[in-house]
Amino acid sequence: MFADWPILSLLIWLPILGGFLTLAAGRDAPVVARRLGLSVAVATFVASLPLWFLFERGTADMQFQEVASWIPAFNVNYHLGVDGISMPLILLTTLITVVVVIAAWESVKDRIAYYLSAMLIMEGLMIGMFAAMDAVLFYVFFEAMLIPMFLVIGIWGGPRRVYATIKFFLYTFLGSVFMLVALIYMYTQSGSFLIQDFHDLPLGMTAQILIFLAFFAAFAVKIPMFPVHTWLPDAHVEAPTGGSVILAAIMLKIGGYGFLRFSLPITPDASAVLDTLMIVLSLIAVVYIGVVALIQSDMKKLIAYSSIAHMGFVTLGFFLAFYIYSNTGDWQGASLGIAGGMVQMISHGFISAAMFLAVGVLYDRLHSRQIADYGGVVNTMPWFAAFFVLFAMANTGLPGTSGFVGEFMVILAAFKADFWIAFLAATTLILAAGYTLWLVKRVIFGAVASEKVAGLSDMNRREFFLMGLLAFFTLLLGVWPAPLLEVMNATIDNLVAHIAHSKL
Amino acid sequence: MNFEIPAFLPAVPEMFVLGMACFILILDAFLPDSRRDITYGLVQATLVGAAVLTLWLAGPEVELTFSDSFIKDPMSDVLKVAVYVTSFFVFLYSRPYLMARGIHKGEFYILGLFAVLGMMIMISGHNLLTLYLGLELLSLSSYALVAFWRDNTRATEAAMKYFVLGALASGLLLYGMSMIYGMTGSLDIAVIASELTAADDTMNVPLVFGLVFLVVAIAFKLGAVPFHMWVPDVYDGAPTAVTLFIATAPKIAAFAFLMRLLVEGMGPMHADWQGMLIILTVLSLAVGNVIAIAQTSIKRMFAYSTIAHIGFLFMGILAGTESGYASAMFYVIVYALTAAGGFGMIVFLSRQGYEADRIDDFAGLARRNPWFAFIMLLLLFSMAGVPPTVGFYAKLAVIQAALGAGLVWLGVVAVIFSIIGAFYYLRVVKIMFFDEPKEDASEPVQPSGALATALSVNGLAVLLLGIFPGLLLSVTHYAIIG
Repeated sequence: MFADWPILSLLIWLPILGGFLTLAAGRDAPVVARRLGLSVAVATFVASLPLWFLFERGTADMQFQEVASWIPAFNVNYHLGVDGISMPLILLTTLITVVVVIAAWESVKDRIAYYLSAMLIMEGLMIGMFAAMDAVLFYVFFEAMLIPMFLVIGIWGGPRRVYATIKFFLYTFLGSVFMLVALIYMYTQSGSFLIQDFHDLPLGMTAQILIFLAFFAAFAVKIPMFPVHTWLPDAHVEAPTGGSVILAAIMLKIGGYGFLRFSLPITPDASAVLDTLMIVLSLIAVVYIGVVALIQSDMKKLIAYSSIAHMGFVTLGFFLAFYIYSNTGDWQGASLGIAGGMVQMISHGFISAAMFLAVGVLYDRLHSRQIADYGGVVNTMPWFAAFFVLFAMANTGLPGTSGFVGEFMVILAAFKADFWIAFLAATTLILAAGYTLWLVKRVIFGAVASEKVAGLSDMNRREFFLMGLLAFFTLLLGVWPAPLLEVMNATIDNLVAHIAHSKL
Repeated sequence: MNFEIPAFLPAVPEMFVLGMACFILILDAFLPDSRRDITYGLVQATLVGAAVLTLWLAGPEVELTFSDSFIKDPMSDVLKVAVYVTSFFVFLYSRPYLMARGIHKGEFYILGLFAVLGMMIMISGHNLLTLYLGLELLSLSSYALVAFWRDNTRATEAAMKYFVLGALASGLLLYGMSMIYGMTGSLDIAVIASELTAADDTMNVPLVFGLVFLVVAIAFKLGAVPFHMWVPDVYDGAPTAVTLFIATAPKIAAFAFLMRLLVEGMGPMHADWQGMLIILTVLSLAVGNVIAIAQTSIKRMFAYSTIAHIGFLFMGILAGTESGYASAMFYVIVYALTAAGGFGMIVFLSRQGYEADRIDDFAGLARRNPWFAFIMLLLLFSMAGVPPTVGFYAKLAVIQAALGAGLVWLGVVAVIFSIIGAFYYLRVVKIMFFDEPKEDASEPVQPSGALATALSVNGLAVLLLGIFPGLLLSVTHYAIIG
């Protein structure tokens, strides 16, 4: 009975309108703002559950579709729908938003109503972007979410927040306008803005390469890939905890989603030609950024670099497909790489969110993110230490946690492609263990570093709940990834079948 | 010689505005300063009345009258209504500004009304002379408006510059028109077009010569690079209320003027003027966006941003397709709406002896008044072309027109400069939201009266048209394509 309901529209507009309501009702009443914000976030999460349960497995078709005419002059429609790639990401978004709202409960003191409403509006926009089937609609959501994020970093961020937020905005804007030109170009060729029609649009090699590069500009900045990653450490370090969580857990995934939704199916031949470039950049992200993460003295920066390295794995998994095909002659391995990248994205959503929350927990107490200021936290905060070690292990890809599943699948796929690619990719297991465990050693273990650390109090119930929630999903996905894979399988197989056909 | 009585009906709005302007002019002379609101009310009523008349007469058919020198078509209907609406908001924003400075004179509104009449004639001109007369009526009213705060030396200086350069441009225009008249033997737009089509010799040197003069004059009036020198000085020097006026509605009229002359008249020479407009577009985008970064005065910054917007406007026109013209029309209406809000915000923040025309004057606005900081944020993001504001669809439409004409590189150039443009709009947002208020302007802004309401409506319109852009886009498509 729910299948005919406009669930996706509800998921988009409930948080947006709820955000404005929170702002209107809670401007001078923080308590009201918090309660209202949380209710909206939870309601949205609950409303997103039918997507998971009613989703029809085994088909690559778009589900829960909604169509309404929007801009007739350009043949643009308000067209929503989800498939196996976008549905898990929407659920991740609704879950993480609940986490972010709860995390802000006490740690955001200035203008909380504005903060919560920005987060909720952003949630709606991100869901809209994942659900959009029309390119203009996609672009509108894609760009619009920059505005609340710009304000969140700029108002609630750290000391260098203005520099970081302007850099964040201009970098992302720079990437996305080229995509806009590519989208319009394809509209002039096809007469439609439906993404599905772009998939089937025949394009010459030159056009494909240019379009690929335009998409690359948009998504490589977003995900981010080396060498356009430099905005991320700045933005992460300066953003408030909730901003970092949204950024790492969801916004980075938009880049990966874009590669799957646009780059690969629209320009398969260009992807095949340029896949070496993509693989090399991904490996640089994995190896070089991993080394860079080792030497960081700021916890948030370290996790930010670790995010870039993990995202390198995602792009590696996506673009291995053509290598695997030319090596083995079948497309089975390609599916493995792409599915691995997807699992890695979801898993990173939980783990990075938890890591940033953990840093936020420490920051709320000591107002420092410097690793050197900590040490021996386990003595005063045993529960916190336990969770921190768990998530650190997940970050390094310990079997049994979600971090392992994605990395394992990608490395497995890499072996089918080329030994050396797999070899370099596998260095992440050492590097990630290196920088994460060294972080754990310096922050959690050892002697109590200072009187301040000695005076730390352990997590309160609210923080415990958040950590527990994320730990649950990290472990669940680690030991039982089958349901997630089952949801994605048909879509990914369909995608691989699509890119196997040349458009030339 | 048989004399036919022309059909007056299509020109009834013009006649109404003219009659009312004359009536208010006389009435105003007898009003004491304390009763100036009567003038204001009558002028606004005239605009509303003209809008009613225009809408009542609106229809899809094309009507020519006064020996084919006057045209009423869907384009003129839509553009005239846009002019009335913009002017209505402009007068509404201006009133408190003028009152606070003791220059709440009837001349402002009456000159404004004559300028509106000039714009209406420009929009409906179908003859080189009619178009020229409309333009001059608008220009002379504008010069006088800029100079109308006569104790203010900066305004007087700006008026002088405006007048000298404007007169030069008018001279160029007339010169170009005379060439074209010489080659085609007619002043009638339609006859010129058919003569040019029949001639089939578009490389005719005197014709191209005349065309160059036309394009230069239009570029002058719109403020496209390299004929933009007057724009920043006049915008900055004029009283903000007047800047508000000359930066908004006249651009809509200038668009119509360009459409009548270049597209309807010189349409067969599209290949010739397309190249010229491409140069103007690229230069305007580059100079406007880059120099705006260096400004400290928000009025000058908006002036350079206007120059950049003119570049975008040209991009829609030079495509030479009907959807291109419609997109340019959409662009100019959106621009007028957004610019009215932007300058209106300066008026809103200013008070006696404090112009609020430095970018710094917006510091900490989010703390002084969050609602109007939000409205300004919408306006700025609309100028930058960030969705979900309407400015995005304007840019989308013109870039699409350029790409549709095969000018992919031009689209890429345009988006590169729009990123540069995003920087200086963002800087204002940054100053409003992230900086602390300045000491001499830290008290909360108290919104009051019609200005605050109108400004809110204006800002929300930018957002709502951005969420539902279909209607306005359909209207502009109807106006051009039918």
